[in-house]
Amino acid sequence: MTIGLSHYLAVAAILFTIGVFGIFVNRKNIIVILMSIELILLAVNINLVAFSAYLNDVVGQIFAMFVLTVAAAEAAVGLAILVTFFRNRGGIAVDDAAVMKG
Amino acid sequence: MALQAIAFYLLATVTIGSGLAVVSVRNPVHSVLFLILTFFSAAGLFLLLGAEFLAMLLVVVYVGAVAVLFLFVVMMLDVDFGALKQGFAKYAPVGGAVGLLLAFEMIIVATAVARDGAASGAREPMSAVGGLSNTESIGRVLYTDYVYFFQAAGLVLLVAMIGAIVLSLRHKPGVRRQVIADQVARNAQSGMRTVQIKPGEGMGE
Repeated sequence: MTIGLSHYLAVAAILFTIGVFGIFVNRKNIIVILMSIELILLAVNINLVAFSAYLNDVVGQIFAMFVLTVAAAEAAVGLAILVTFFRNRGGIAVDDAAVMKG
Repeated sequence: MALQAIAFYLLATVTIGSGLAVVSVRNPVHSVLFLILTFFSAAGLFLLLGAEFLAMLLVVVYVGAVAVLFLFVVMMLDVDFGALKQGFAKYAPVGGAVGLLLAFEMIIVATAVARDGAASGAREPMSAVGGLSNTESIGRVLYTDYVYFFQAAGLVLLVAMIGAIVLSLRHKPGVRRQVIADQVARNAQSGMRTVQIKPGEGMGE
């Protein structure tokens, strides 16, 4: 009944897989793709914090904080690009993005 | 101990279930709300691990800022989301198979690492070390050993902020703005025009 490191790692692995699955199945919807990336980064954070807790070393939590920072920056810039893209194209279908090829 | 196990299984179930809902519900507004639920229960998992500071950070940063940003964008964009969802049934079997395989492999590795890896000796997650709270111990390491990384993280956020502003800034044509220099440079010669009007005709324009 005791909860060990492997339990947390399993949760993180399943969450990571859900994120990857979300990118696969929502190929046209870039908003859900961005949310799937957030899920993947959350899974990484759970891994870092779980190891940090069970190794009794606080550095893992500091790295999780940096991952959090980068995820927030990525979400902000990604959504700004999305808004600009919507303004220029009138839609957010990922297939339309191919017109940006040089 | 049993209470902790119950809390873990509850939070883990909610995390995974709402994570699955994020990628599979039809309405993206619901998707964002499930994302908020996922982050919230992941913050609960962090609390169970003894990482209180990161749990609160997750609630503040993700639920308070990132998820609301997503919500704003989803509600602002007028998109036909039904059309975007149509590939779902086509990709779901392959994606599900790959996902199951990936999860299986990662859980095998995780179990092996947890049993034989560096952290195998620990039975209990970290509690307060040496009388320091979690926040205090993070601060002691973050502001000494990792201070340059901390500054670099600030720089990343600054660049992201500038980038987001530059990307979404839009100059509307036809907006008349006050130009102080033009106003100051204006004098009697440039500001006034003498017109000779012929009697009975008036101004042409």
